[in-house]
Amino acid sequence: MGAGMTDANPQATTLSGRLTALANPTRFIALADRLVPWLGLLALAILAAGLYLAFAAPEDYQQGSTVRIMYIHVPFAWLAMFCYSLMAAAALGTLVWKHPLADVALKSAAPIGAAFTALALLTGSIWGKPMWGTWWVWDARLTSVFVLFLMYLGIIALTRAMDDPGRSARAAAILTLVGFINIPIIKFSVDWWNTLHQPASVFRLDGPTIHPSLLWPLLICAVGFTFLFLTLHLMAMRAEIWRRRVIAMRRLSARAAERAAR
Amino acid sequence: MTHAAYVFAAYGVSALVIAALGIWILLDQAARRRELKELEQRGIRRRSDRQGAGKEANK
Repeated sequence: MGAGMTDANPQATTLSGRLTALANPTRFIALADRLVPWLGLLALAILAAGLYLAFAAPEDYQQGSTVRIMYIHVPFAWLAMFCYSLMAAAALGTLVWKHPLADVALKSAAPIGAAFTALALLTGSIWGKPMWGTWWVWDARLTSVFVLFLMYLGIIALTRAMDDPGRSARAAAILTLVGFINIPIIKFSVDWWNTLHQPASVFRLDGPTIHPSLLWPLLICAVGFTFLFLTLHLMAMRAEIWRRRVIAMRRLSARAAERAAR
Repeated sequence: MTHAAYVFAAYGVSALVIAALGIWILLDQAARRRELKELEQRGIRRRSDRQGAGKEANK
Protein backbone atom coordinates (compact mmCIF):
# COMPACT_ATOMS: atom_id res chain seq x y z
CA MET A 1 0.00 0.00 0.00
CA GLY A 2 2.83 2.35 0.92
CA ALA A 3 4.49 1.80 -2.43
CA GLY A 4 1.27 2.42 -4.29
CA MET A 5 0.71 5.72 -2.50
CA THR A 6 4.13 7.12 -3.26
CA ASP A 7 4.32 5.94 -6.86
CA ALA A 8 0.85 6.77 -8.06
CA ASN A 9 0.38 10.39 -8.98
CA PRO A 10 -3.26 11.25 -8.39
CA GLN A 11 -3.97 13.68 -11.19
CA ALA A 12 -2.25 16.75 -9.78
CA THR A 13 -3.88 19.12 -12.23
CA THR A 14 -6.89 20.11 -10.13
CA LEU A 15 -6.68 21.81 -6.76
CA SER A 16 -8.38 18.89 -5.03
CA GLY A 17 -6.03 16.51 -6.87
CA ARG A 18 -3.06 18.45 -5.60
CA LEU A 19 -4.42 18.52 -2.05
CA THR A 20 -4.98 14.76 -2.24
CA ALA A 21 -1.40 14.23 -3.41
CA LEU A 22 -0.21 16.18 -0.37
CA ALA A 23 -2.17 13.85 1.90
CA ASN A 24 0.90 11.66 1.82
CA PRO A 25 3.00 13.09 4.69
CA THR A 26 6.25 11.85 3.13
CA ARG A 27 5.51 13.79 -0.02
CA PHE A 28 4.51 16.84 2.07
CA ILE A 29 7.80 16.73 3.99
CA ALA A 30 9.76 16.51 0.73
CA LEU A 31 7.89 19.58 -0.51
CA ALA A 32 8.45 21.44 2.77
CA ASP A 33 12.17 20.59 2.71
CA ARG A 34 12.41 22.16 -0.73
CA LEU A 35 10.25 25.23 0.03
CA VAL A 36 11.36 26.29 3.52
CA PRO A 37 14.85 27.68 2.71
CA TRP A 38 13.60 29.67 -0.27
CA LEU A 39 10.48 30.95 1.45
CA GLY A 40 12.56 31.95 4.47
CA LEU A 41 15.12 33.83 2.38
CA LEU A 42 12.37 35.50 0.38
CA ALA A 43 10.64 36.57 3.61
CA LEU A 44 13.84 38.09 5.03
CA ALA A 45 14.65 39.89 1.76
CA ILE A 46 11.15 41.37 1.41
CA LEU A 47 11.08 42.35 5.09
CA ALA A 48 14.49 44.03 4.83
CA ALA A 49 13.32 46.03 1.82
CA GLY A 50 9.95 46.84 3.40
CA LEU A 51 11.40 48.00 6.71
CA TYR A 52 14.09 50.04 4.94
CA LEU A 53 11.40 51.79 2.89
CA ALA A 54 9.28 52.20 6.04
CA PHE A 55 12.03 54.14 7.79
CA ALA A 56 12.86 56.08 4.64
CA ALA A 57 9.20 57.08 4.22
CA PRO A 58 8.12 60.49 5.48
CA GLU A 59 6.66 60.79 8.97
CA ASP A 60 2.97 61.39 9.43
CA TYR A 61 2.09 65.08 9.70
CA GLN A 62 0.04 64.45 12.86
CA GLN A 63 1.53 61.30 14.37
CA GLY A 64 5.19 62.07 13.79
CA SER A 65 7.50 59.08 13.98
CA THR A 66 5.01 56.87 15.84
CA VAL A 67 3.41 56.12 12.46
CA ARG A 68 6.36 53.73 11.99
CA ILE A 69 4.65 51.34 14.39
CA MET A 70 2.03 50.92 11.66
CA TYR A 71 4.45 48.96 9.44
CA ILE A 72 4.53 46.10 11.96
CA HIS A 73 1.22 46.53 13.79
CA VAL A 74 -0.96 46.27 10.67
CA PRO A 75 0.81 43.14 9.26
CA PHE A 76 0.57 41.48 12.71
CA ALA A 77 -3.16 42.21 12.91
CA TRP A 78 -3.67 40.97 9.35
CA LEU A 79 -1.72 37.77 10.14
CA ALA A 80 -3.71 37.23 13.34
CA MET A 81 -6.86 37.01 11.20
CA PHE A 82 -5.21 35.26 8.24
CA CYS A 83 -3.84 32.52 10.48
CA TYR A 84 -7.23 31.94 12.09
CA SER A 85 -8.91 31.81 8.65
CA LEU A 86 -6.32 29.25 7.55
CA MET A 87 -7.07 27.21 10.68
CA ALA A 88 -10.81 27.40 9.95
CA ALA A 89 -10.16 26.09 6.42
CA ALA A 90 -8.05 23.30 7.94
CA ALA A 91 -10.91 22.55 10.35
CA LEU A 92 -13.19 22.01 7.34
CA GLY A 93 -10.48 19.76 5.90
CA THR A 94 -10.64 17.63 9.05
CA LEU A 95 -14.43 17.53 9.40
CA VAL A 96 -15.49 17.25 5.74
CA TRP A 97 -12.65 15.57 3.87
CA LYS A 98 -10.77 13.95 6.77
CA HIS A 99 -7.57 15.19 5.19
CA PRO A 100 -4.75 13.66 7.26
CA LEU A 101 -2.67 16.84 7.26
CA ALA A 102 -5.53 19.22 8.09
CA ASP A 103 -5.25 18.64 11.85
CA VAL A 104 -1.46 18.94 11.61
CA ALA A 105 -1.92 22.31 9.88
CA LEU A 106 -4.45 23.51 12.46
CA LYS A 107 -2.48 22.42 15.52
CA SER A 108 0.86 23.80 14.33
CA ALA A 109 -0.62 27.14 13.21
CA ALA A 110 -2.21 27.95 16.59
CA PRO A 111 0.92 29.01 18.52
CA ILE A 112 2.14 31.09 15.56
CA GLY A 113 -1.25 32.80 15.32
CA ALA A 114 -1.27 33.40 19.07
CA ALA A 115 2.20 35.01 18.87
CA PHE A 116 1.18 37.37 16.06
CA THR A 117 -2.09 38.24 17.82
CA ALA A 118 -0.18 39.04 21.00
CA LEU A 119 2.16 41.24 18.97
CA ALA A 120 -0.76 43.04 17.31
CA LEU A 121 -2.14 43.79 20.80
CA LEU A 122 1.26 44.80 22.23
CA THR A 123 2.33 47.04 19.34
CA GLY A 124 -1.16 48.54 19.23
CA SER A 125 -0.96 49.29 22.92
CA ILE A 126 2.47 50.89 22.55
CA TRP A 127 1.11 52.97 19.66
CA GLY A 128 -2.04 53.88 21.61
CA LYS A 129 -0.23 55.38 24.58
CA PRO A 130 1.36 58.36 22.74
CA MET A 131 -1.49 58.80 20.19
CA TRP A 132 -4.62 58.10 22.22
CA GLY A 133 -3.23 58.80 25.65
CA THR A 134 -4.02 55.30 26.90
CA TRP A 135 -2.50 51.83 26.65
CA TRP A 136 -5.85 50.12 26.44
CA VAL A 137 -9.58 50.70 26.11
CA TRP A 138 -12.31 48.07 25.98
CA ASP A 139 -13.64 49.22 22.63
CA ALA A 140 -15.09 46.73 20.12
CA ARG A 141 -11.94 46.32 18.00
CA LEU A 142 -9.50 45.83 20.88
CA THR A 143 -11.87 43.58 22.78
CA SER A 144 -12.65 41.36 19.77
CA VAL A 145 -8.93 40.92 19.02
CA PHE A 146 -8.35 40.07 22.69
CA VAL A 147 -11.09 37.43 22.36
CA LEU A 148 -9.25 36.10 19.28
CA PHE A 149 -6.11 35.76 21.41
CA LEU A 150 -8.08 33.80 24.04
CA MET A 151 -9.49 31.57 21.27
CA TYR A 152 -5.96 30.77 20.15
CA LEU A 153 -4.98 29.86 23.71
CA GLY A 154 -8.04 27.61 24.03
CA ILE A 155 -7.23 25.82 20.77
CA ILE A 156 -3.58 25.41 21.81
CA ALA A 157 -4.69 23.84 25.10
CA LEU A 158 -7.21 21.55 23.40
CA THR A 159 -4.84 20.32 20.67
CA ARG A 160 -2.27 19.42 23.32
CA ALA A 161 -4.60 17.95 25.93
CA MET A 162 -4.70 14.40 24.56
CA ASP A 163 -1.89 12.01 23.73
CA ASP A 164 -3.66 10.66 20.68
CA PRO A 165 -3.89 13.51 18.12
CA GLY A 166 -6.68 11.68 16.28
CA ARG A 167 -9.00 12.18 19.24
CA SER A 168 -8.49 15.91 19.73
CA ALA A 169 -8.65 16.68 15.99
CA ARG A 170 -12.45 16.71 15.77
CA ALA A 171 -12.98 18.76 18.92
CA ALA A 172 -10.31 21.29 17.90
CA ALA A 173 -11.83 21.59 14.42
CA ILE A 174 -15.32 22.28 15.81
CA LEU A 175 -14.01 24.83 18.32
CA THR A 176 -12.03 26.57 15.57
CA LEU A 177 -15.05 26.77 13.26
CA VAL A 178 -17.32 28.12 16.00
CA GLY A 179 -14.71 30.76 16.83
CA PHE A 180 -14.51 31.84 13.18
CA ILE A 181 -17.60 34.01 13.79
CA ASN A 182 -15.20 36.37 15.55
CA ILE A 183 -13.24 37.14 12.35
CA PRO A 184 -15.95 39.22 10.58
CA ILE A 185 -16.73 40.79 13.96
CA ILE A 186 -13.11 41.97 14.24
CA LYS A 187 -13.11 43.21 10.64
CA PHE A 188 -16.37 45.17 10.90
CA SER A 189 -16.20 46.14 14.59
CA VAL A 190 -14.86 49.55 13.62
CA ASP A 191 -17.92 50.15 11.41
CA TRP A 192 -20.59 48.61 13.62
CA TRP A 193 -19.59 50.22 16.88
CA ASN A 194 -18.14 53.53 17.95
CA THR A 195 -14.51 52.60 18.55
CA LEU A 196 -11.43 54.52 19.57
CA HIS A 197 -9.61 52.41 16.99
CA GLN A 198 -9.75 53.99 13.54
CA PRO A 199 -11.81 52.41 10.74
CA ALA A 200 -10.21 50.48 7.87
CA SER A 201 -7.80 52.62 5.85
CA VAL A 202 -6.21 50.09 3.46
CA PHE A 203 -8.88 47.66 2.29
CA ARG A 204 -11.95 49.80 1.72
CA LEU A 205 -14.38 50.10 -1.16
CA ASP A 206 -13.41 53.69 -1.98
CA GLY A 207 -9.69 52.89 -1.99
CA PRO A 208 -6.97 53.38 0.64
CA THR A 209 -6.91 56.57 2.66
CA ILE A 210 -3.17 56.33 3.30
CA HIS A 211 -0.80 58.33 1.12
CA PRO A 212 1.09 56.09 -1.38
CA SER A 213 4.44 57.06 0.20
CA LEU A 214 3.35 55.28 3.39
CA LEU A 215 1.09 52.67 1.79
CA TRP A 216 3.73 50.97 -0.38
CA PRO A 217 6.19 50.22 2.46
CA LEU A 218 3.22 48.94 4.49
CA LEU A 219 2.10 46.55 1.75
CA ILE A 220 5.67 45.28 1.21
CA CYS A 221 6.04 44.67 4.97
CA ALA A 222 2.70 42.82 4.98
CA VAL A 223 3.85 40.54 2.14
CA GLY A 224 7.18 39.93 3.92
CA PHE A 225 5.55 39.01 7.24
CA THR A 226 3.10 36.75 5.37
CA PHE A 227 6.02 34.85 3.80
CA LEU A 228 7.64 34.66 7.25
CA PHE A 229 4.42 33.21 8.64
CA LEU A 230 4.21 30.62 5.84
CA THR A 231 7.84 29.59 6.44
CA LEU A 232 7.29 29.18 10.18
CA HIS A 233 4.06 27.27 9.59
CA LEU A 234 5.67 24.81 7.15
CA MET A 235 8.48 24.22 9.67
CA ALA A 236 6.03 23.70 12.52
CA MET A 237 3.93 21.31 10.40
CA ARG A 238 7.03 19.30 9.51
CA ALA A 239 7.96 19.02 13.21
CA GLU A 240 4.40 17.96 14.05
CA ILE A 241 4.44 15.21 11.39
CA TRP A 242 7.71 13.94 12.86
CA ARG A 243 6.22 14.07 16.38
CA ARG A 244 3.30 11.91 15.25
CA ARG A 245 5.69 9.48 13.55
CA VAL A 246 7.68 9.11 16.76
CA ILE A 247 4.47 8.41 18.71
CA ALA A 248 3.35 5.82 16.13
CA MET A 249 6.74 4.11 16.06
CA ARG A 250 6.97 3.98 19.87
CA ARG A 251 3.51 2.45 20.01
CA LEU A 252 4.48 -0.10 17.39
CA SER A 253 7.64 -1.11 19.23
CA ALA A 254 5.79 -1.33 22.54
CA ARG A 255 3.25 -3.65 20.93
CA ALA A 256 6.03 -5.78 19.44
CA ALA A 257 7.74 -6.01 22.84
CA GLU A 258 4.45 -7.06 24.42
CA ARG A 259 3.97 -9.78 21.82
CA ALA A 260 7.52 -11.02 22.38
CA ALA A 261 7.00 -11.20 26.14
CA ARG A 262 3.91 -13.32 25.81
CA MET B 1 8.91 59.09 26.84
CA THR B 2 9.74 60.44 23.42
CA HIS B 3 8.03 59.15 20.29
CA ALA B 4 11.23 57.40 19.25
CA ALA B 5 11.17 55.38 22.47
CA TYR B 6 7.67 54.06 21.70
CA VAL B 7 8.74 53.09 18.17
CA PHE B 8 11.84 51.37 19.56
CA ALA B 9 9.79 49.52 22.19
CA ALA B 10 7.29 48.28 19.58
CA TYR B 11 10.01 47.00 17.23
CA GLY B 12 12.03 45.57 20.13
CA VAL B 13 9.19 43.52 21.61
CA SER B 14 8.25 42.30 18.11
CA ALA B 15 11.80 41.17 17.34
CA LEU B 16 11.97 39.37 20.69
CA VAL B 17 8.67 37.51 20.28
CA ILE B 18 9.36 36.50 16.65
CA ALA B 19 12.89 35.35 17.51
CA ALA B 20 11.57 33.28 20.43
CA LEU B 21 8.90 31.74 18.17
CA GLY B 22 11.48 30.86 15.50
CA ILE B 23 13.92 29.37 18.00
CA TRP B 24 11.15 27.32 19.63
CA ILE B 25 10.12 25.84 16.27
CA LEU B 26 13.75 25.11 15.33
CA LEU B 27 14.36 23.36 18.68
CA ASP B 28 11.16 21.35 18.27
CA GLN B 29 12.26 20.23 14.79
CA ALA B 30 15.72 19.26 16.02
CA ALA B 31 14.35 17.28 18.98
CA ARG B 32 11.87 15.33 16.82
CA ARG B 33 14.57 14.62 14.22
CA ARG B 34 16.79 13.27 17.01
CA GLU B 35 14.01 11.02 18.34
CA LEU B 36 13.33 9.61 14.88
CA LYS B 37 17.01 8.85 14.39
CA GLU B 38 17.23 7.11 17.78
CA LEU B 39 14.21 4.95 16.96
CA GLU B 40 15.64 4.04 13.58
CA GLN B 41 18.97 3.13 15.15
CA ARG B 42 17.13 0.76 17.49
CA GLY B 43 15.77 -0.91 14.37
CA ILE B 44 12.24 0.38 14.76
CA ARG B 45 10.66 1.11 11.43
CA ARG B 46 7.37 2.59 10.44
CA ARG B 47 4.86 0.09 9.09
CA SER B 48 5.03 1.65 5.62
CA ASP B 49 8.83 1.50 5.65
CA ARG B 50 8.91 -2.16 6.59
CA GLN B 51 6.60 -3.04 3.74
CA GLY B 52 8.67 -1.04 1.33
CA ALA B 53 11.94 -2.42 2.73
CA GLY B 54 12.34 -5.00 -0.04
CA LYS B 55 11.82 -2.36 -2.67
CA GLU B 56 14.37 -0.08 -1.06
CA ALA B 57 16.97 -2.87 -0.92
CA ASN B 58 16.63 -3.28 -4.68
CA LYS B 59 17.57 0.33 -5.35
